[in-house]
Amino acid sequence: MTESAPSALTSAVSVRDLTFSFASGDPILNNLSLDVERGERVALLGPNGAGKTTLSLHLNGIHEIQAGSVSIGDLHVNEDNLAEVRRRVGMVFQDANDQLFMPTVREDVEFGPANLGLSPAERTERANEALEAVEATHLADRAPHHLSGGEKRRVAVATVLSMHPEMLVLDEPTSGLDPAGRRELADLLVTLHLTQLIITHDLPFALEICPRSVIISNGSVVADGKTADILADTDLLAAHRLELPFGFDARRAQ
Amino acid sequence: MSAGHTANLFIPGDSLLHRMAPEAKLVSVVLFVTAVALTPRQSVWSFAVDAVLVLVLLGIAGFRATQVIARLAVVLPFIAFAFLIPFIAGGEQTSVAGFNLSIEGLWGTWNVIAKAVLGTATSMILAGTTAVAALLRGMTRLRVPAVITSIIAFMFRYLDLIVGEMGRMRTAMTARGHDPRWLWQAKPIASSAGAMFVRSYERGERVHAAMTSRGFTGSMPELNTAKASGRDWALAAIPPLVAASGALAGVLLV
Repeated sequence: MTESAPSALTSAVSVRDLTFSFASGDPILNNLSLDVERGERVALLGPNGAGKTTLSLHLNGIHEIQAGSVSIGDLHVNEDNLAEVRRRVGMVFQDANDQLFMPTVREDVEFGPANLGLSPAERTERANEALEAVEATHLADRAPHHLSGGEKRRVAVATVLSMHPEMLVLDEPTSGLDPAGRRELADLLVTLHLTQLIITHDLPFALEICPRSVIISNGSVVADGKTADILADTDLLAAHRLELPFGFDARRAQ
Repeated sequence: MSAGHTANLFIPGDSLLHRMAPEAKLVSVVLFVTAVALTPRQSVWSFAVDAVLVLVLLGIAGFRATQVIARLAVVLPFIAFAFLIPFIAGGEQTSVAGFNLSIEGLWGTWNVIAKAVLGTATSMILAGTTAVAALLRGMTRLRVPAVITSIIAFMFRYLDLIVGEMGRMRTAMTARGHDPRWLWQAKPIASSAGAMFVRSYERGERVHAAMTSRGFTGSMPELNTAKASGRDWALAAIPPLVAASGALAGVLLV
């Protein structure tokens, strides 16, 4: 799928002129517009404080929309359809400890389906399926706080997969993972045939799994294109406080 | 920082007591301890029977003698006080190793020690054979309000993290030469307590956002539906009945 191909269907995500500021202070998001097509994996890059997380929290209605609009598929995010929006958009938060709060992994994975009003049998089925997808079936009865970082991250992904979302939003999924955990996460994400928006500072990770990247800076989109092209543009990266690891060449890594 | 599993009193196993439904165990423990507390202090034989029963149950639960002693140590601060009673209580006196002791006071000491040790040992059995998750399910089925069970669940879930954070903060202070010995050096401790409060509060907000994004609307879904069997209740009735008979015999006979 290329980003320029016209789609007969509506986009997976359509953000139009989104502006947001906290009660006091400068706007965090400034007339931000962004479209993501179905099935795309898009990296959301940008310096700290650029508004990446704030944008992501608009996608399933955690932040109320102050100005502009957000659509998930054919649905305009508003007060009346929050339940459906939250089912469609699976958020994987930066700190897995914030996401995993039930006494056992299984109960955590069943939390979302339970909120959707599914029967216990359906919840169990959803949980089994989601845990299998992230290869964490053996962790089902463990307490989330006794898992390793990589296990926590995979289980966190399972807690939203069990809601059968249409897209995933992952906030810095590689932070705090060891190299093998990071590798397993990359392998997992490419097997999930869902639209994915991945907020990250890990540029090689973006290059590896996201064909398209978007740079957000000062609350607006400042670059949008093929990840390889964006990462090869050293001036662009430098202008937005982004840096490749020492010795890394985005062209040659392809 | 190695996360000390602060509140992990559970002893893995598959004994009769492990398999018993948590709500039956909870009711049994509360009734047993109540009966023990109501037993007249002169009824020494009743306490002996209770103690034998508790020892048998500790054995069934798979406690090692060293574990029993180590965990019983939590009562020491309480019973230390009880040893003062014979010296300060009035009434008839007796002489032991050159000390004048109050007979009334000696009975008081015995009363406190017997009941404290039995009560503690009983709750050790409950904690040793029931995982926290199961305990919470049992409380839910006993109609303990969801607010209470949720508070306990969250407290248990985040205790390790908070203790870990506190430890890291203390290490960081020590690493910069902080070595509190006097009261006037307490200021950094006070401000780190304040910082802990703010951090915990902020974590609470993030956890809530993560819950909301999975469709949480204010009430915890009931996840597990298996209930205590008649056999569980029958078995659970035995300890309270034994203790109640002892208490009654004590009231009637002594």
